[in-house]
Amino acid sequence: MSQVLHTPPQAPVPADDDLAALAARHGLSVSGARPSLPAYVRQLWARRHFITAFATAKLTAQYSQAKLGQVWQVMTPLLNAAVYYFIFGVLLGTKRHVPDYIPFLVTGVFIWTFTQSSIMAGTRAISGNLGLVRALHFPRAALPISFALQQLQQLLFSMGALVVILLCFGVPLAFSWALTVPVLLLQFTFNTGVALIMARMGAKTPDIAQLMPFILRTWMYVSGVMWSIDKLAKGHHGWPSWVVPALQANPAAVYIDLMRYSLIDSFHASQLPHHVWAIAVGWALVAGVGGFIYFWKAEETYGRG
Amino acid sequence: MAEHITERTPVPANSTIPTVVCDGVDIVYRVNGTGAGRGSATAALNRMLRREQAEKAAGVRTVHAVKNVSFVSYKGEAIGLIGTNGSGKSTLLKAVAGLLPVENGSIYTDGQPSLLGVNAALMGDLTGEKNVYLGGLAMGMSREEVKERYQDIVDFSGINEKGDFITLPMRTYSSGMGARLRFSIAAAKDHDVLLIDEALATGDRSFQRRSEERIRELRQRAGTVFLVSHNNKSIRDTCERVLWLERGELRMDGPTEEVMAAYEEFTGGADKPKAA
Repeated sequence: MSQVLHTPPQAPVPADDDLAALAARHGLSVSGARPSLPAYVRQLWARRHFITAFATAKLTAQYSQAKLGQVWQVMTPLLNAAVYYFIFGVLLGTKRHVPDYIPFLVTGVFIWTFTQSSIMAGTRAISGNLGLVRALHFPRAALPISFALQQLQQLLFSMGALVVILLCFGVPLAFSWALTVPVLLLQFTFNTGVALIMARMGAKTPDIAQLMPFILRTWMYVSGVMWSIDKLAKGHHGWPSWVVPALQANPAAVYIDLMRYSLIDSFHASQLPHHVWAIAVGWALVAGVGGFIYFWKAEETYGRG
Repeated sequence: MAEHITERTPVPANSTIPTVVCDGVDIVYRVNGTGAGRGSATAALNRMLRREQAEKAAGVRTVHAVKNVSFVSYKGEAIGLIGTNGSGKSTLLKAVAGLLPVENGSIYTDGQPSLLGVNAALMGDLTGEKNVYLGGLAMGMSREEVKERYQDIVDFSGINEKGDFITLPMRTYSSGMGARLRFSIAAAKDHDVLLIDEALATGDRSFQRRSEERIRELRQRAGTVFLVSHNNKSIRDTCERVLWLERGELRMDGPTEEVMAAYEEFTGGADKPKAA
């Protein structure tokens, strides 16, 4: 076998520089090269139907083998909220300091879950779909965006359940509920941006997916999902003065508290940090634009490994 | 071989417009976690600390899948890629499609070459119907295009011949039915440069005949076709030029009959004792 392997290629292949010149002469482009940012955005826009179809498909495929089927879309977040209520409301007694504790908690859990699962899904968006990345040609940002969109659809189911819970616990319907739309849009932009960043990091180092649950859990506990940052501050006078503003300005806390402010009448504007809308828009822009550019910078490398 | 030559679709031969130019291409895979069983955690630590120097010692193995391959393909050509298993055929095809980054050299293409295949975009938990839409959109068709061709795709796949199966989840399909639907979706789109990886060997005999016909149609509309196959007959039927890869190196590039004869000798004779 070895003696045949030494046969040189018999084809008349021109020298290397000739090939590059030939390609240039006929206007061929480098295969798999990264497009410019505007071209990338255009390609992504052209695939918008794929992005939405992929998100919806993932969402419906999720529970298609369960007997209760799509009922789980609503059941899962409700069960989550019930567990947190049992631990933090009943066992630890956090509810003593917070009016309307159940609406407060459930809103927090749902909004937090939206960010958490978008980031988790983003981390695995490329590394978990290498088959797709290696088989078809499309702007890779379609994957993390699609996963974030799937989580948004999931959240809309949860919001339906949330409205019922709110009304059952006597929270009055108010005009401020309309604020949920801009809050969700800002949060979605933020989530998508972080998902894009995590997708690039997860594509290079898949180990990050193992680390993320711990980081996310820490983030959850400091974001006031099941307790009020505002109330906690009043019980700890020894804290340096920057701690509470820092906790309140973290993006998860900002979106959670804005949502509570929009929905729950007993959650007052005084509990929000100063310039809260500016912070919310700022986080969305920084993460959204920064994340997109960061992801695009490595476009041609996805799929190696 | 006369009957094969007459079967070929008439394409302008000796065209001088290049569609794919491969210039000294190397492709290297890096595989993590292949260190010796014991001490692999220390190996991983090693890997993180001394990235470049100790790649091999730290358990990263590099697989040099394609080595210094150069060729030019022209408009109207159908090119077969042959070689024993693991010789780098599929890897080269993926690199031409721009799906795998090259280590050295470059690949220039006219337009966007597409790999014929949508398997990875489809989901077993969804119905065949939804998968037709999802696969079509994944290949870059618009919603309207998919809607327009939906009936053709389903009819071509023959999924509904034995009852209304298209509305059942794809995981309930037999492997043959699944393969047929996947091929039908993939073949629904026209391409400039078409790359086919062993797609002919799916389904029963009647479906194979239909798919060969469809490939010929696609060929007529496509600028250049690359076909990877272990079926020497389908290479002879479809291609007039063959590239032979062995251990990642281009061993031969020439007219089908010449290369196939050398290849058959290398692999230990022709598949079947031939009449001619």
